[in-house]
Amino acid sequence: MRALHIKLRRDIIRLWPQALAIAMVMAAGVATLILGAGAHDSLATTRARYYETNRFADVFTTATRVPEAVATEIAAIGGVASVDTRIQKIALADIADMAEPASVTLVSLPGYREPTLNRLVMRSGQAPDPEADDEAIASEGFARAHQLTAGSTIRVLINGRLRAVRITGTALSPEYIYALGPGDLMPDDRRFGVLWMPQRALAAAYDLDGAFNSVAVKLTQGMPPAGVIDRIDTLLADYGGLGAYSRKDQISHAFLDAELQQLKSMSRILPPIFLLVAAFLVNMTLSRLVALEREQIGLLKAMGYGPWAVARHYLEFVLLIAAAGIIIGFVAGAWLGTGITTLYAKFFSFPFLVFSRNPAVYAIAGGVTVVAALAGAIRAVAAVAWLPPAAAMAPPAPPRYRKILRGHIDLTGLVRQSSVISMRHLSHFPLRTASGILGMALAVAVLVGSLWSFGSIDHMIDVTFHRSDRQDATITFTAAKSEAAWYAASRLPGVLRSEPFRVAGVKIRHGHVERRLSLNGRLADAELSRVLDGDLRPVSLPETGIVLSQQLAEILGVNRGDDVEIELLEGDRRVITQPVSAIITGYIGLSAIMELDAMNRMLGEGDRVSGVHLAVDSAAWNQLFAAVKATPTASFITLQHVALKRFRETLAENILIMVTVYVVLAGIIAFGVVYNLARISLSEQAREMASLRVLGFTRGEVSGLLIGELLAIVLIAQPLGWLIGYGFAAAMVEGFTTELYRVPLVVNRDVYAKASLLVLAAAAFSAMVVRRRVDRLDMVQVLKTRE
Amino acid sequence: MTAPRPSAQTVFRVTGLGKVYRTGDVEVHALRGVDFTASRGEFIVILGPSGSGKSTFLNIIGGLDRASAGEAWFEDHELTRLDEAGLTRYRRDHVGFIFQFYNLVPSLTARENVQLVTEISRQPMTPQEALALVDLEDRMDHFPAQLSGGEQQRVAIARAIAKRPDMLLCDEPTGALDSKTGIRVLEALTRVNAEIGATTLVITHNAAIQEIADRVVRFANGAIASEHRNARRKPASAISW
Repeated sequence: MRALHIKLRRDIIRLWPQALAIAMVMAAGVATLILGAGAHDSLATTRARYYETNRFADVFTTATRVPEAVATEIAAIGGVASVDTRIQKIALADIADMAEPASVTLVSLPGYREPTLNRLVMRSGQAPDPEADDEAIASEGFARAHQLTAGSTIRVLINGRLRAVRITGTALSPEYIYALGPGDLMPDDRRFGVLWMPQRALAAAYDLDGAFNSVAVKLTQGMPPAGVIDRIDTLLADYGGLGAYSRKDQISHAFLDAELQQLKSMSRILPPIFLLVAAFLVNMTLSRLVALEREQIGLLKAMGYGPWAVARHYLEFVLLIAAAGIIIGFVAGAWLGTGITTLYAKFFSFPFLVFSRNPAVYAIAGGVTVVAALAGAIRAVAAVAWLPPAAAMAPPAPPRYRKILRGHIDLTGLVRQSSVISMRHLSHFPLRTASGILGMALAVAVLVGSLWSFGSIDHMIDVTFHRSDRQDATITFTAAKSEAAWYAASRLPGVLRSEPFRVAGVKIRHGHVERRLSLNGRLADAELSRVLDGDLRPVSLPETGIVLSQQLAEILGVNRGDDVEIELLEGDRRVITQPVSAIITGYIGLSAIMELDAMNRMLGEGDRVSGVHLAVDSAAWNQLFAAVKATPTASFITLQHVALKRFRETLAENILIMVTVYVVLAGIIAFGVVYNLARISLSEQAREMASLRVLGFTRGEVSGLLIGELLAIVLIAQPLGWLIGYGFAAAMVEGFTTELYRVPLVVNRDVYAKASLLVLAAAAFSAMVVRRRVDRLDMVQVLKTRE
Repeated sequence: MTAPRPSAQTVFRVTGLGKVYRTGDVEVHALRGVDFTASRGEFIVILGPSGSGKSTFLNIIGGLDRASAGEAWFEDHELTRLDEAGLTRYRRDHVGFIFQFYNLVPSLTARENVQLVTEISRQPMTPQEALALVDLEDRMDHFPAQLSGGEQQRVAIARAIAKRPDMLLCDEPTGALDSKTGIRVLEALTRVNAEIGATTLVITHNAAIQEIADRVVRFANGAIASEHRNARRKPASAISW
């Protein structure tokens, strides 16, 4: 081994804690990029493969009753590759292990063949006998949640009649990857499932012999869905068609898309920030570390090593550290990425997982790190390697200090000289001080940028569940009923208050921007499900006009007073123009709300209600459930506390796990920075420290000097870090926002406090290391050598 | 253990002082049973080749290093028994150091460098007084980088004496200076020795300096090889090298 390589090895060993801290900062930057991009790519690839293998449809629609012959007409539309007609209904299920009723979607299976589209992946058991009228395949998650296996029986309220259905097997479907129950905000396998039953049985039960009420269409490669949708709508108009929609509006696909988009933006915003922060810090620390080697560089040159040889030696030094960081980052990133992908896959029902390892992501992460490290080293080495050896061996020209504010302020007697030393150090090297402050500030900022989401989600939950939708339960009827159904519901056991609501599928349009959603009608002064303005104050719904959530208003590009077009998707399919009467706060979904009577007038079907929001006496839940299960008109019941629990759990499983990983990585970065800054300052000032020790300064006083400097930098960095962190958070919010939910940007004081405390803790630990080093400072050794 | 009864004049007394450095398996005997006393106000020059143990000796009696054997007493404090905090206290209250490479704090002016010490001392002189003793009143507000080597060393002397130390320990104080500047530094040293009465020990390679001392001690192989008193001290201005 050549002498320089031996030196290299020894230098690394000598500086191992610092080298490791720098490597860890790099590793954190590299790992975030890899895990973020990896999780997204893996899930996107898995979904694409699943869709392709199981022929997930492109266009969907439901209608009231369509004669089977119409299927041929749909198939004849240009661009349609294949058509599957089905019967699809929502029903209540009474399950032994659950007090409240569950909701199930019943989907028909064609007689003796496999469906051409949305093919099932059988997970256990077998398909039902096509002739049987009481057999079904259950969706795997639902079956697992209730321990249903082949042979188990559940009772389902099919078209008003309670029937025992025997489970013959379990399956997954690309149509229900994100299995969201009607009226639910988050998937809940316990409360919602899919039952696939033979066509014959459902046709008989729902009186749909020779007819269907649901269509799935696969388009030819590259065919845009818009034209086909229009043709289908025209064909089904006479059969109660509710408007065809593409994958974009298919619930499972849309939610999955939203999750993927969030993952993507998390991987596009935070990791690059992390990587750049890490790169900056690595650059800064390595350049200072190499600058400390000035004398050694002079010595090597004096012995006859050329500047390039010297430069190469130090570049190898930083490359070794970078290599360690990159390898740790690759391994940690791949491991975390796989872990997170697996978690997501469990949450979404995927039958298999494709782990994507995109070499480009690895190359970018590694490349940025190497460049940052090399740039840092080159900056420092270049300053020395081309000096004549004698000049390089001599200490750099002593810094010419100046009095603070050029001596205009006399601090004599006010400030101790030890503080003057600190102040002059900080002010004399403005670049070094500034980069130190920026480094610490970035450490605070990455923490703020990853910690904020916890509080924002809490705020979102508070507004949604505690201030806006305050009902305990919601019953949705199978179809819109007369107001008598509302009075009947308010007399159910345990009901303290009830408020009716009306929902209707509409397309809402302004210019050429259009969204398909459920228009919601409520009492003007609803107490349970309230409408909140921008300041979160309850709003009384005006008698005319439509109220839009802020996000919907932004998407449509409308303000209060503007008109929007509302196209009804049921009934006579009229198009009505309504003025926007208010814009309200809403974080979940795109919402459009009208006063109930105004909406009923607009729909022109008389005073109808789609369901009721209820306040329920908590002692009377069981009686209420029993009564609901016996009510043929109730298609499902949503419980607010269950919804809230699921909401929290789901977010915990998605965003928060990811964020937690980011917080840990941010912590590592913060820690690495503070530690390195402290260690390097110590090396730079070792001589001064030793002088002070000789003069009779105690260890505490001497380390206090350095710690004071560190503290000054840390303290100045905090507000700057909060500010930059807020910017990171604002960038993240943009990424989090989807049409399904919008995370508000709420950065509470506790986020700043936590970020600062973590950085201060890192600083305190570094201060302890500094203190220990000062204790071991060899005064004699330092003073006997020339500066 | 009772303190050896010092004579009225004795401020410093060392018996059987030994120092062994261990590096791996190798033991280096830097000091082997040194006996030594110094009286109040005495000006002592210590000569000896490199590795003779003179710096180790100075470091131990200055409280910068610990002995492996023997006793060292300053007045009634047994240095060899003091803990780290005790040694710091001892340096702070009683000892002034001057090194070959000045070791001034570059970010403090001459006055502030001295103030650094007066702020932590019990009965210091003012920085101005200390700097006047080394003829640097007019350069008080200069930073080290703005001073010549000789001036920097005189600031170091002012800093060392400002606390009115009992002992002034100088390790090659003129080692980095030319003859003319070195003599000015020695003049400053003899002057403060006379004016504040601090016992002064000067380590040097430079035999010419021995003539300004009351007593000359020669170190060789970690022990005192010889010792003699000058019948008559020469003023610093009368020597040259």
